[in-house]
Parts: sequence; C-alpha cells; structure tokens
Amino acid sequence: MDASTAFAPPAGGGRNLHRFANPGRFLRASGRVLPWLAAAGLLLTGIGLLWGLFFAPADWQQGDAVRIMYIHVPAAWLASGGYFALALASLASLVWRHPLADLAAAEIGPVGAAATALCLGTGSLWGKPMWGAWWVWDARLTSVLVLFFLYLGHIALVRAFDDPQRGARAGSILALVGVVNLPIIKFSVDWWNTLHQPATITLTGAPTMYVGMLWPLLFSALGFSFGFAALVVARMRAAVMERRIRALLSARARAEAA
Amino acid sequence: MNHLPYIVASYALFLAIAGGFTAAAWVRLGRARRRLAAIDPRGSR
Repeated sequence: MDASTAFAPPAGGGRNLHRFANPGRFLRASGRVLPWLAAAGLLLTGIGLLWGLFFAPADWQQGDAVRIMYIHVPAAWLASGGYFALALASLASLVWRHPLADLAAAEIGPVGAAATALCLGTGSLWGKPMWGAWWVWDARLTSVLVLFFLYLGHIALVRAFDDPQRGARAGSILALVGVVNLPIIKFSVDWWNTLHQPATITLTGAPTMYVGMLWPLLFSALGFSFGFAALVVARMRAAVMERRIRALLSARARAEAA
Repeated sequence: MNHLPYIVASYALFLAIAGGFTAAAWVRLGRARRRLAAIDPRGSR
C-alpha cells in the first residue's frame, strides 16, 4: 500500500485544492519555505524587540511599561489572526474534506493558544503597574479570555475521539461557531465602556502613535507572524510524517497478517 | 528604566513560550524524520 492513500482526495471537485494533499508534494514545498519563514521570524522579531526595549522612547504617561506593548500587541493580533486561520482551515476541512486542512487546524490550535496566553500574560503584567490590578472583567480582556478557552476547547475536542476524522469534524464546527467572538474582541472597546484603550492602529486611519514606537512594533508584529507561520508549518510537517509512519506501519502489519 | 520587573517578566514569558514551542517543534520534527527514514527512506525527503 502506498502511504499517500492516507491522503487520497475525495471524488468530485476541488482538484486544484487537493493538489497539495499529496504528502510528498507538501513536504517538499514546506521544506523549501520553512527555513526562510524561521529566519525571517527570528530576524524581524529580534530587531523589533531590541529596538523597542533599548532604543524606542518611553511613553510620557506609561513610562517604560510601554515596552511591554512590543510583545503584547503582536501577540494579541496573532491570537485573533491565528483563530481566523483556524476557522479557514476548519471551513476547508468541512466543505472540501481537505486532509491537510484537518492537520493545519489541529496544529494551529496549540500555537494560537500560546499566542493568546502570551497576550493575556503580558497584558496582566502591564495592567498591574498601570491600572493597579492584574485583571479586570473588562469587555476586551474577557472576550480574549473566551478566545483562549475556545482554543483550549478545540485542542481538547480534536483529540477526544478515537476516529481522527470525527475529532476534526467536531473541532471544525467549534472553530466556526467561535468565529463570532472575533468581531466582539475587535469592537469590544467601541461597544462598551472599557478600561482597555481603543485601537491606536487601524486599517483605515492614520496611527495615533509616535513613529519612533510604531516602527519597532511593526517589525515585531511581522516577526511574530513569520514565527507563527514557521511553527505551524514545522508542526504540520511533523504531523504529515507521523501520519505517514502510521499508514506504513499499519500497511506492513496487514501484509504480514495476510 | 521604571517598572523593570514587569518588563523583564514580559520578555521572559515571551522567551519561555516561543523557545518552548520552537524546541518542541524541532524535536518532534527530528524524531518524525528519523522514524520515517528508518521505515521508508523515500518518505523522509
């Protein structure tokens, strides 16, 4: 038995999408991309964080505590962005039954949960000196905590079934239902009177942040994004190999039994 | 630099999480590659 049968695309449409369902093709493509993603992530994150820590000015109100922002804000963007990617992978899994989409969703979950934990942790470390409290039940903080629980629920659900297909399906449904939380996170600071400050960087307007702070933040955010992608691709490569190992071993066991 | 303990704790948390996940992915990938190479030398390429 060929190991690639574990990734056989279903009959019907979506042939282009399933081109990358071939494990060999995915391993070759991802093997070429991964070193560049990892190097870009390391370099840009290093530049952004060193710039933010040692060369960017302190804030006139927050003092040096503003330097926590160079970790907190990229982690917050990745927490939401990662969940959006998880939902897209879940949609591809449910609609096209793409086998790599299942793997992508399963591997994005823990990395996204870590980004969310980092966002919550650094937010707490910023909140104590600025607000005088480690935690407040503010709409923004609470909705991000809900996001963290959604990630944890997804991680638990995809691993809760003996049949990985059923786990992936249940996880996909949870991921798609949880998408409703993303606009709540984004607009929580506008819809409710929150202690958390409103957005200083938007897609439509000019940033209300000093440019000497904006550049290191953008470097850091870009570096975090490349690092996130590198981690997900590395974990997906490992998952593809592990699935192939299982397929080969079970094929070998069947051949010996016959 | 004021608020130094909070800043150091934030960067340490980042290093711990990012470093931990990177190391775990590295180890998992290496182990999978070695096992696959042992079972199917074509498959590890």
